[in-house]
Amino acid sequence: MEWLAMGRWSPYLTGTGIGLLCCLTFLVLDKGLGVTTAFARTSGMIERLFRGGKVLERPYYRKFTPEVDWEWMLVLGVVIGSFLSASLSGQFHARWLPGTWEVRFGPSILPRLAAAVSGGILMGFGARWAGGCTSGHGISGTLQLAVSSWIATICFFIGGILTAFLVYS
Amino acid sequence: MFDELRESRVNRLGMGLVFGIIFGFLLQKGGVTDYDVLLGQLLLTDFTVVKVMAAAVITGMAGIEILRSAGLVTLHPKTGSFGSTIPGGLIFGVGFALLGYCPGTMAGAVGEGRLDALLGGVTGVLIGSWLYAVSYPALERSVLQKGDFGELTFPALFRTKPRTIVVPVAVGLIVALALLERGGM
Repeated sequence: MEWLAMGRWSPYLTGTGIGLLCCLTFLVLDKGLGVTTAFARTSGMIERLFRGGKVLERPYYRKFTPEVDWEWMLVLGVVIGSFLSASLSGQFHARWLPGTWEVRFGPSILPRLAAAVSGGILMGFGARWAGGCTSGHGISGTLQLAVSSWIATICFFIGGILTAFLVYS
Repeated sequence: MFDELRESRVNRLGMGLVFGIIFGFLLQKGGVTDYDVLLGQLLLTDFTVVKVMAAAVITGMAGIEILRSAGLVTLHPKTGSFGSTIPGGLIFGVGFALLGYCPGTMAGAVGEGRLDALLGGVTGVLIGSWLYAVSYPALERSVLQKGDFGELTFPALFRTKPRTIVVPVAVGLIVALALLERGGM
């Protein structure tokens, strides 16, 4: 069982595992693997805490009912699975700053938090606008040869690469 | 074959959890829950993300094609339009670079103790998706339907059998990966 405690597996092995997992979700659940719809549903659940049933007046939440569904459990599972993997290899520890960030922007936490929140806002907004993220479009959409998913994935990387070069150059 | 299993909500939720645990485990072991690895991909210095994604697409494409020909699965290609897929994708990319995680790897990053993903990323994505829900009616009226191409797939576009596309795409990806390795990336 030593391989479970390894810090890193080959990207080809993990990628192949993720590809097989996508086949399994299609076979068992008749669904593609996706992550961001769960965040959209959760945002509706939070709004419902403040505004009650009125949330359902928003056409978007009529399309994506604010409730816990299988993808919501999938996201919860990702947190647990990553925790298990990191714990087994001794990589789990609470930390604020990624290494690359600290080297470039220094040790204060607030700028990192500001970048993460604003990045998250754009990413959440963009994912819903494009109808999926790196999982839904990037992997389970492209492997179905969907035109929308290939275009979306190319755009993810164009936007990401340009921004990363701007931020880090 | 699994129709009965997935009819029950509890089963669907349970399967979602199990699949998520496997997904999160693989993402963490692959190293893609690490900001440095993700930013390295966007700065074109570390190609781990492309390798994971390409291997997943090759395996998944072949697997789905086999299952589909056997009549075991139905495809669910996402709909798209130039007005939704392109601007949404570009905005997503900008956010992806600023945050340094994508939504799935962000959940994985939370699991390995990264507080910037938990307190910054998750908060941001929730706000962003809520803002989209608020803006949706206006976007729907203006841009989302522009250049709509629906659930189009490449086999449908080229009026050919899926296999005619799957094989060259898989070969192309394998060649690209081999070139990356040969280039020492």
